[in-house]
Amino acid sequence: MVEGTSPIPAATPETLTSHSGAIFASLVASLALLMLGASLVGAYPLALGDLVAAVGRRLTGAAPQGQVDTILFEIRLPRIFAAVLVGAGIAAAGAAYQTLFRNPLVSPDILGVSTGAGLGAVLGIFLSLPVAGIQLSAFIVGLATVGLVYSIATLVHGREPILVLVLAGVAVGSLAGAAISLLKILSDPYDQLPAIVFWLLGSLAAIRKGEVWATAPLVLIGLVPLMLLRWRINVLSLGDEEAKALGVEAGRLRFFVIAAATLMTASVVAVSGVIGWVGLVIPHIARMIVGPSFDRLLPAAMLLGASYLLVVDTAARTMARIEVPIGILTAIIGAPFFLWLLARGREGWS
Amino acid sequence: MTPARLASRALGFGYGATAVGRDVDVEVRTGEILCLLGPNGSGKTTLFKTLLGLLPAQAGEVLVDGISLAELPRREIARRIAYVPQAHTAHFPFRVIDMVLMGRTAHLSLFAAPTQQDRQKAQDALALLGIADLAAREYTRIRGGQRQLALVARALVQDAPAIVMDEPTANLDFGNQAIVLSEVKRLASRGLAVLLSTHDPDHAFSIASRVALLDGGTLVDQGTPHAVLTPSRLKSVYGIDVTVERLASGQTVCAPIYRA
Repeated sequence: MVEGTSPIPAATPETLTSHSGAIFASLVASLALLMLGASLVGAYPLALGDLVAAVGRRLTGAAPQGQVDTILFEIRLPRIFAAVLVGAGIAAAGAAYQTLFRNPLVSPDILGVSTGAGLGAVLGIFLSLPVAGIQLSAFIVGLATVGLVYSIATLVHGREPILVLVLAGVAVGSLAGAAISLLKILSDPYDQLPAIVFWLLGSLAAIRKGEVWATAPLVLIGLVPLMLLRWRINVLSLGDEEAKALGVEAGRLRFFVIAAATLMTASVVAVSGVIGWVGLVIPHIARMIVGPSFDRLLPAAMLLGASYLLVVDTAARTMARIEVPIGILTAIIGAPFFLWLLARGREGWS
Repeated sequence: MTPARLASRALGFGYGATAVGRDVDVEVRTGEILCLLGPNGSGKTTLFKTLLGLLPAQAGEVLVDGISLAELPRREIARRIAYVPQAHTAHFPFRVIDMVLMGRTAHLSLFAAPTQQDRQKAQDALALLGIADLAAREYTRIRGGQRQLALVARALVQDAPAIVMDEPTANLDFGNQAIVLSEVKRLASRGLAVLLSTHDPDHAFSIASRVALLDGGTLVDQGTPHAVLTPSRLKSVYGIDVTVERLASGQTVCAPIYRA
């Protein structure tokens, strides 16, 4: 075919693989470096030597010495791992949702998981539950909200299942938002209201080891099916009919992807509060780097999301005397960046 | 006699409770090209969706290699019938090779991704259709005719003995229509059973073994192009005067008669 002569030399499968290998190696390396850097900076700066010595003591089982070990192992590292976990989890869920809904503008909140989790947390604060209770309530209500949206969409037999899902998500999310406002009005303005506002802005300041250990397995449980189903999720992005004609049980697969992504988002949002924009912007950038194929998009989005949230969270705890809520920072960075993407009008938009 | 690759028996089809067509009996056998013709809204696409199991049959049944479609899981259907939709724009800029590789899905286990072997197969299919150099390009950025060929390549790697093509020549220019149709002819000569729809009776004359004429949801006639596509039959279906003539080259063409 003469028409198809391409100026780009035909890439063999081998060159494509080694190329993406280099990309992933650099993404992993930069995350590792950022983690190292983040563990050194803070209100109590550590020297690299202190860090190495402390890790050495921990590994050899020697007695911990003074403040350094406490700060590193009890405060700083848990927070770093929390940032990595939350960033990777939200970005992975965002990548899955964007592929699933065939829309690069979708974020993991589209089916109401964040608003639901917000309602759960606000309810927990309103009822003066302990921290763990607030987190559990956020997690459960977040899951329940998406469950409700999904059930409504299944009961409505529309010809466009995806459209029905999104619209049901908008309606239920809006209801949850109204409930949050109601609880804000009813809450104690001196004690509960500030806690509610702070939670809704998102922060990793209060995270300790326990939360990291509780969240990590849940994120992993959500992640494993997405990893395993990576190829089929690609096929699903062609639309239900084409996916079915290619041998994919579209409806069933969509259920599993939504369940997995929701589990991840609900579990991280429950400990971090609402952190916007990450799930929308990061998968987008990942797609610009490694292309839309989900088997490459998912790991790239996770690595980028982890690095990004780590940088933002480190800025949140070091840039000012008081802790800046991370949700504010992600919005300040995310929204203009998104507009810039919009102005460039590059691929991924149709 | 071996059962037809794809057949329908007294098939009724439509969306939900709304009937679009009824009593359709068609069949395609190995090496055959069945061309479905019919005016806009005659139910061609709905019939195809029902034949592929994307819509449930309202009456009658669809048989694939003699087995009722309703009894086959999705994956098994995809291994037996490949579908070429109209050239579309994907929502994400997949590379052409990835788009073609998606045709391998029905042969992969649930958690697997395509292997090197699958890639080779996809590359071979692209080469067969003369677009091997497009492999690394973005599917969203190649031309309509090339996209259509890429979708044909995807159907080929599906390794199904039957292919259903919904207006494979729609939105293609003169040259690309001919390229796609000659590929279709080649596929049938390699032993595939092909069912395709088109708006142009000339296409049926040039490649079809048999023609099925659909009007208002029912088959008005079925047979060889010369037997079915007569001026009077075309007038009754399309409502215009038509001349069907044999050229010096031996090809038969069909043209509307325009009156001042």
